[in-house]
Amino acid sequence: MAAPTDLRYTKTHEWVRLDGDTATIGITDVAQTELGDITYLELPESGDEVSRTKPFGIVESVKAASDIYAPFDGEVVERNGDVVDTPELVNSSPYEAAWLIKVRLADPSQLDELMDSDAYDAFADAAAH
Amino acid sequence: MTHHDEPTVATVSPDEAPRRTALHDRHVALGARMVPFAGWEMPIQYTGILAEHRAVRSGAGLFDLGHMGQVDVRGPDALAYLQHVTTNDVSKLGPGAAQYGLLPNAEGGVIDDIITYRRPDAAGYMVVINAANAAKDVAWLRRARDERTDLDVEVTDMSDTVGMIAIQGPHAETITQGLTDVPLGDIPGFHGVDGEVAGIPMFFARTGYTGEDGFEFYPPQERTAELWDALMAAGAAHGIGPIGLGARDTLRLEARMPLYGNELADDIDPYEAGVGWAVKLDKGAFIGRDALARIKERGATRRTIGFRIEGRSAPPRGHYPLAVDGVEVGHVTSGAFSPTLGENIGLGLVERSVAGVGKPIDVIIRGKPVRAVQVALPFYRRQP
Repeated sequence: MAAPTDLRYTKTHEWVRLDGDTATIGITDVAQTELGDITYLELPESGDEVSRTKPFGIVESVKAASDIYAPFDGEVVERNGDVVDTPELVNSSPYEAAWLIKVRLADPSQLDELMDSDAYDAFADAAAH
Repeated sequence: MTHHDEPTVATVSPDEAPRRTALHDRHVALGARMVPFAGWEMPIQYTGILAEHRAVRSGAGLFDLGHMGQVDVRGPDALAYLQHVTTNDVSKLGPGAAQYGLLPNAEGGVIDDIITYRRPDAAGYMVVINAANAAKDVAWLRRARDERTDLDVEVTDMSDTVGMIAIQGPHAETITQGLTDVPLGDIPGFHGVDGEVAGIPMFFARTGYTGEDGFEFYPPQERTAELWDALMAAGAAHGIGPIGLGARDTLRLEARMPLYGNELADDIDPYEAGVGWAVKLDKGAFIGRDALARIKERGATRRTIGFRIEGRSAPPRGHYPLAVDGVEVGHVTSGAFSPTLGENIGLGLVERSVAGVGKPIDVIIRGKPVRAVQVALPFYRRQP
């Protein structure tokens, strides 16, 4: 599945949707496909700080545990309780129902470092071969 | 997103390309994700581990086991030789019968766990060994043969000429019966026959590694793909699907079947691993017998336990510490989200004093204790 064009992407397979000074973060379809069946998510609470390129959460699939990285610095303003209760949403709806956290950006210019969907598709395609 | 811990698969040295089984092209065409495993390139999953697991529990699944090894043992002293190199009592095997056993070292550790089949025509035996241990096992078995010059026995590695496919699940017999005139209902568990399946002459047996009914087939290597295709076609109406190594691992864990490298190792004795029942000290002399007798007399200092975690948690994984009252008492040997039970389960090797069904034990997941309770094994037993 091609990455949605309205999102930005990291090389560690997170996606970002910007809405004013708040950004929503999830993991990409490429990531969930690679992980396989997801059974558990560990996510920060509202009020927690996240730091650019540092892990903010863990996703556990049947196969492995993987870190999820923050694409920028900021404060968590909301976490998706539905996806914590129903982790398989990450497999079925990685870009919609399975958003993970919303973060208030400390420095919006950090978004400039992220890839657009074309760049991410090319990156993911190259990584797969 | 990066992996913390890799899937529990053995890796190959980088200068050695993984080998491919006779079914490699089938796996690729089926969309499998191929991974290196024990020197082979194997499918870890096709559609997904949970769906594949459930297909085996409720319908039928097909497994490529081309990576596993087969050793033919024959000659006048084949039985005496097998009694010498294995822990179980091979003299109990009638023609066609199968038996779980161990290859012990002199110290009482375990080199590998094996299935020994007596040939249906009584012309010797076939020993099936794990892929990860195949080279080590074959070298060990040859050395043992060379040391016992008094025994007239031929030990032949057949791994390159014998294929191996398993069908497992409640529909396995129905599907297979459509491809053979052999009355399958007459084959008891842990027994095999020589017969034709899909027009291919082979030995096959009612054995497996999933806790379900089913068969393991040993066709000539060059006809393995033909058998695979026939089973897939015959099973289409019964919901058959290919099953990767991922679901093979969760299936065997629910059924509490040990995996060498996890529950078994050369520094874990059979009593600790919970497979002391496969050690027959009274059968006569064998490699490691005296050491095993001393271990049994002394009493194992560690026990293999089963546990489950109530409620939602991260899954326990191999090597996570196990603790009681904040004191480390052992480690997880295998753990996973159990698709059948819908909760996290695991096996662990712990100090004997803390083992006991119903007793609590903490799994230390990323530094934090998660409460689990010890449960009776196996986690899953199929309804007869």
